[in-house]
Amino acid sequence: MKFTVSIILIILLSFCACIFFPWWSVALVSFIVAALIPQTPFMSFFSGFLALFLLWGILSYWISANNDHILAHRVSLLILKTDSPFLLIISSALIGALVAGFAALTASYVRPVKFFNNKS
Amino acid sequence: MRIVPFIIFGVITTTLIIILNSVVLLPAPLGKLLSPQNGVWQNAEPVDEDYSANLKFPQLKEKVDVYFDERLVPHVIAEQNNDAYFVQGYLHAKFRLWQMEFQIYAASGRLCELVGKKALSLDRDKRRLGMVFAAENSLKEIEKDSETAAACDNYTAGVNAYIESLNESTLPLEYKLLGYRPEKWTNLKTATFVKYMAFELAGSENDFEYTNAKSVFSSGDFDKLYPIIMDSVDPIVPKGTVFPKPGIGLKIPASADSLYYDTKDSTTIDEQKPDANNGSNNWAVNGTKTKSGYPILCNDPHLGLNLPSLWYEMQITTPTYNAYGVSFPGAPFIIIGFNDSCAFGVTSAERDVRDYYEIKFKDDSRKEYWFDSQWVKTNFRIEKIKLKGEHDYLDTVAYTNIGPVMYDKSYSGSRNTNNKYYAVRWKAHDPSNELKMFTLLDKAKNYDDYLEAIKYLHTPGQNCAFASKSGDIAIWDQGEFPAKWKRQGDFVMPGTDSSYFWQGIIPQEENPHEINPARGFVSSANQLPADSAYPYYLSGTFPPYRGWEINKRLSLMNNITPQDMMALQTDNYNVFAEQAMPVFLKNMDVSKFSNDEQKYYDILKSWNLRNDADSRGATLFVLTWDSLENVVWKDELLKTNLQMMMPHEGTLLENILEDSAFKFLDNINTPQKETLSDDITTAFKEAAKVAAEADADGNLSWAKYKDTKVLNLARIEAFSRLHLPIGGGTNTINATNEQHGPSWRMVVSLTPQTEAYAVYPGGQSGNPGSKFYDNFIDTWAQGKYYTIWIMKPTDTKSDHVKWKMSFSKS
Repeated sequence: MKFTVSIILIILLSFCACIFFPWWSVALVSFIVAALIPQTPFMSFFSGFLALFLLWGILSYWISANNDHILAHRVSLLILKTDSPFLLIISSALIGALVAGFAALTASYVRPVKFFNNKS
Repeated sequence: MRIVPFIIFGVITTTLIIILNSVVLLPAPLGKLLSPQNGVWQNAEPVDEDYSANLKFPQLKEKVDVYFDERLVPHVIAEQNNDAYFVQGYLHAKFRLWQMEFQIYAASGRLCELVGKKALSLDRDKRRLGMVFAAENSLKEIEKDSETAAACDNYTAGVNAYIESLNESTLPLEYKLLGYRPEKWTNLKTATFVKYMAFELAGSENDFEYTNAKSVFSSGDFDKLYPIIMDSVDPIVPKGTVFPKPGIGLKIPASADSLYYDTKDSTTIDEQKPDANNGSNNWAVNGTKTKSGYPILCNDPHLGLNLPSLWYEMQITTPTYNAYGVSFPGAPFIIIGFNDSCAFGVTSAERDVRDYYEIKFKDDSRKEYWFDSQWVKTNFRIEKIKLKGEHDYLDTVAYTNIGPVMYDKSYSGSRNTNNKYYAVRWKAHDPSNELKMFTLLDKAKNYDDYLEAIKYLHTPGQNCAFASKSGDIAIWDQGEFPAKWKRQGDFVMPGTDSSYFWQGIIPQEENPHEINPARGFVSSANQLPADSAYPYYLSGTFPPYRGWEINKRLSLMNNITPQDMMALQTDNYNVFAEQAMPVFLKNMDVSKFSNDEQKYYDILKSWNLRNDADSRGATLFVLTWDSLENVVWKDELLKTNLQMMMPHEGTLLENILEDSAFKFLDNINTPQKETLSDDITTAFKEAAKVAAEADADGNLSWAKYKDTKVLNLARIEAFSRLHLPIGGGTNTINATNEQHGPSWRMVVSLTPQTEAYAVYPGGQSGNPGSKFYDNFIDTWAQGKYYTIWIMKPTDTKSDHVKWKMSFSKS
């Protein structure tokens, strides 16, 4: 339950944050959510990771599909040196996922150990 | 709280963000770039993008409606001319902002700000040539004319209105990738753009190469290698034209023989030059030659093939005029196109208006220079070149009464061995307002209006073709051209003496021109504007062959339709080869050929003289000719280390056609005396080697061998279009080379209801994430055209209208 709520919160708040703030605000969002909804470090990491993987993966796929992948073809060739929209979408998703995952993992150590153990 | 893992993972997270937000470890800030809501994904324009919008700006006086057709060409309908220019600026910025700015960075020597030190020599070249100095002079002239000044002010305001609307996510793609932000647009930038075109089209000369060649060859040989007029020329104004007595009498300096013609001086300057292929075709035929009975005007300017394209297509309709054509992102007005009464198009006049003078300074401080028997004070202009990531580079350029001292101890192109000082006298430095010509052309109703308009064109000189619905056709070789004595400015001149100055400008009415000629057509293809009867020395490089072929074809054509004209513009017939092939076949010593060589010889022999995309013969011809030039000239030109120019291909052709014992055929490095047959056979054997390699890679067909591409301006290959299947080439009317060619093909039939066809190798959007980025390229490569939709203000419900942008006063 905590896991699902975390993921949903991170997805929603990250999306909102990125409207107003730079991309790395997703790290702050997952840090705060993970700090408020304590889980084991692994589950924290995983919820941050999965949330951003889904959010950025789906967003970039959505944008790219509407664009017939025109931009993704060109930019993947430029940045990844290979013409693969799929790889560019996965790269985007992974970047968001890693940053959010580590931010959430960091947050999982904010609470006292005891509290942590009791609640989870 | 578990402090240790908290710190460790905190550091990891922060580091990860820093790395992904910067270029410390990665080639690009990948996090920033790939975040879907801010990064490059935001530039992925939906294929069904809705461009319609309602926009309000305080700068506007009245309402402006912009109707976009299915090719994203805007048809601007404004109540006021100045409002139209505001919207033109806004549209240029919306679709081409990065390109507009990048062109100005390149023109004003600011590339180092974007890419660092590696662009230093490019930047110094533009600074020392005085590009911005020229633009400043031009801006003063623009500001004196209230009409163009207001147009520029409104254009600039429109560009800036768009720039102000941008945020992190809507920033054009290239800014995100290269990591910078757009600056405010200014009228000076518009003026700088015009000077950039002057550099491209009137920045070409060979003074240093000629000076070197003069020091190596006898004057007789020099004239053979670099003749003033080629026999094969069919000038723009036909041979036999009678010219009035010149308005300017020229005095050759008394010291010319000793100090100029016969000196054996040499230089080590390595110059940056515009593309030697810059050229174009234009022609107009009158009603006697067309099926409709009305004139047809055609134009295809040959320029560097870039993405985004130099051109942006649009229509502007106001109560005073209605013009359609292409505009320059970076400047107001329609540049090449037509209105309700007439059509206009240009080709480059190719005249030499950039000369070098050797300056004698009193000492290394460059504070005083010797001129007309006294020391004169120098002015200095300090050029501050900002280097990305480093301290500014200061370049102090000395200005004499001739112009900026471009080359000196600190700068001689890419070499650093020269101890002399060379000032440049460039016509583009003089005050002028070329923009005025375009706004007057856009509104021109008849020949007189056109003539009045083109008088504002000083530099770059252009062959301005004109045709009107009332039946007139005309061409003027227009510009402010210095009146020169024979060979003046072909070599570096002494800068110590005013007698070597340009003594005047050829009076405008004496520029070569032709109005309603009996032959029913006017044309130009960068050839010599007039024959030797013209009373002034015509210096420059004038390729004769395209013009020759165009004139021959136009003379034979009758009952011409626009379709015939499209076929002519895209014709791949190689008239140069027509003349060269017989010499090849006659002199080739087939007995010396291997089996492979024999195979390629058979292909060449059966070639139909057309540079079609799939032709293997065309490849073999070009290879053989290039190889022959090397065989003939290299021994002489490489005798010294001095930079020299290979003689024009026509020079070699004319000489071997006339004289099989042409003295330069002999290889001076061998004891025996080579003949024409030896040279041609050797050349073919070399060509066959290259052909065999290309053949092995499957690249022997002409299009594959030539490998035409349209390159992204920042040279990003992923944003370019490579390997285009297109024929043509140098000396064919379809002058498509590797990265150079017809940048806007236009055919306008001036029937009561104007009928026009056009295409350019690009797309209306400058965004590589848009389907409109390069969608015209395939049509262009296939030699096809779009039928132009000329919108009337009542056509707002037409099926052509896909989107509508409404601009109003806020």
